[in-house]
Amino acid sequence: MSLGDFLQRATSRWMKEGGPEDDIILTSRIRVARNLQGMPFPILQTDSHAHQVLESIHTAVQHPSMQKLGNFEWINCKDLSAIDRQVFVEKHLISPDLAESYKHGAVVLREDEVISIMINEEDHLRIQVIMPGFRLQDAWQLASSVDDALEQNVMYAFHDRFGYLTACPTNVGTGIRASVMMHLPGLVLSGNIQRLLNAVSHVGLAVRGIYGEGTESYGNLFQVSNQITLGETEEEIIGNLSSVVQQLIDHERAARKMLLQQNREALEDRICRSFGILAYARRMDSKETLERLSDVRLGIDLGILKGVSAGILKELMVMTQPAFLQKYFHEDLSPGERDVRRAALIRERLRLDDSEVR
Amino acid sequence: MLCQKCHERQANVHVNQIINGKLSALHLCEQCAKESGDFLTQFTGGQNPFDFHQLLSGLLNMESPTGVSSPSVSTQVQCQNCGMTYAQFSKVGRFGCPECYDNFEQRLEPLLRRIQSNTMHTGKVPNKSGERVKMRKTLETLRRELQQAIAAEQFEQAAQLRDKIRALESQMGE
Ligand SMILES: [Zn+2]
Ligand SMILES: [Zn+2]
Repeated sequence: MSLGDFLQRATSRWMKEGGPEDDIILTSRIRVARNLQGMPFPILQTDSHAHQVLESIHTAVQHPSMQKLGNFEWINCKDLSAIDRQVFVEKHLISPDLAESYKHGAVVLREDEVISIMINEEDHLRIQVIMPGFRLQDAWQLASSVDDALEQNVMYAFHDRFGYLTACPTNVGTGIRASVMMHLPGLVLSGNIQRLLNAVSHVGLAVRGIYGEGTESYGNLFQVSNQITLGETEEEIIGNLSSVVQQLIDHERAARKMLLQQNREALEDRICRSFGILAYARRMDSKETLERLSDVRLGIDLGILKGVSAGILKELMVMTQPAFLQKYFHEDLSPGERDVRRAALIRERLRLDDSEVR
Repeated sequence: MLCQKCHERQANVHVNQIINGKLSALHLCEQCAKESGDFLTQFTGGQNPFDFHQLLSGLLNMESPTGVSSPSVSTQVQCQNCGMTYAQFSKVGRFGCPECYDNFEQRLEPLLRRIQSNTMHTGKVPNKSGERVKMRKTLETLRRELQQAIAAEQFEQAAQLRDKIRALESQMGE
């Protein structure tokens, strides 16, 4: 299979397509936690409880109101190979927790992988919607329709005062976790990131580096999400997050403009070097891959690199992960071999585009 | 959520890291994050010493009123449905079943006030199980409107509202 075909088949819609503000926002994600009334949470589940939950939800997924939302596939985690489970994690379709404790876990996937429903993870149900770009409101609407459709056939654990009951008290109430994945190279390069992220964390939001160690984040990728789930409506939670994210977008745009005005040469040099390394290197570890991809993406956004697909950062940040690489090359790879294959995959991917460096 | 280093201030800097291919999270307050150079290196050796459950359990243990109540009594609180004790919950940071929320309700209030903004759900209500909640919300709105109508001396409207409220109340069996 050619790389182009593989990409077409193996990638989720969020990796392939763009969306509003997608020069800065890679994805918008909504995750909603739900549990079935009268059933112990997965942490105390017996085998028979787990099967009952799986059966109830299996039936609920067949309901016409679910079918209206698209074509879904039911996948039992135990039927997946270890590599496939890991690929699902790398594509953000299931959580690392579900991949690890998969005995009674299942995932329901819509064809385009925009909707994924995890079953018997920490909660009985975790409905997740991932959309490309800044589309939190759309993602919530869709997640909420999935929630309504499933409710046709199941009775949720719901409390008059505490709302939707969840295994962990940090999710109780709305059960909602809204998050956006942001690419913020301008703020990192201009040295403003820490100050801004600290400010963000003071308004009830959490900021995480997506990859990386310590306080730095490889690839300048950050995830901003709500921390509070009880006492605010879903609309308030999303509205609050959106307005902060919009401010971060404005700051990032301003920082990019400033860098271009004041440091154009240095910026162009950095971007073109990174492109050169990605296009020709024979060994790439994941950290350097993310850093170079971030530069290249910035180069595309600033018009310094032409003809390279803008989606390359999203695509390759997933495809160059260990399990995805092994899936593509059909073999077990040691970390050293992975670096060689990763470099090869990146070179091949870049050749699919008609790139030109000014 | 409390800072994992000083266990005093709210954690508002969140860091993910990969150790031996395993992703783990680190939650620090601003101040500790700034001086975290040394601290972070502790996390790079061997297994992951941090666990969210431990963190939450630390938080829960701090909840106990300063030595007034006898811990042996309070930790014996048990969920009638699944059998989980409050002590167990404190350890794992997870409830055993939905009914734990009712069975631990009194101890839950201070915890929720700490990790959430409020202890009253105001968001979406499920269509089926939320019927009563929806009725109660309507009732609250009607009562407010009634007060306004009386204050504005719109007695005809007030009478209509009172009928609606009575009908809803009898429907709810209150
Ligand atoms: Zn601290
Ligand atoms: Zn219980």
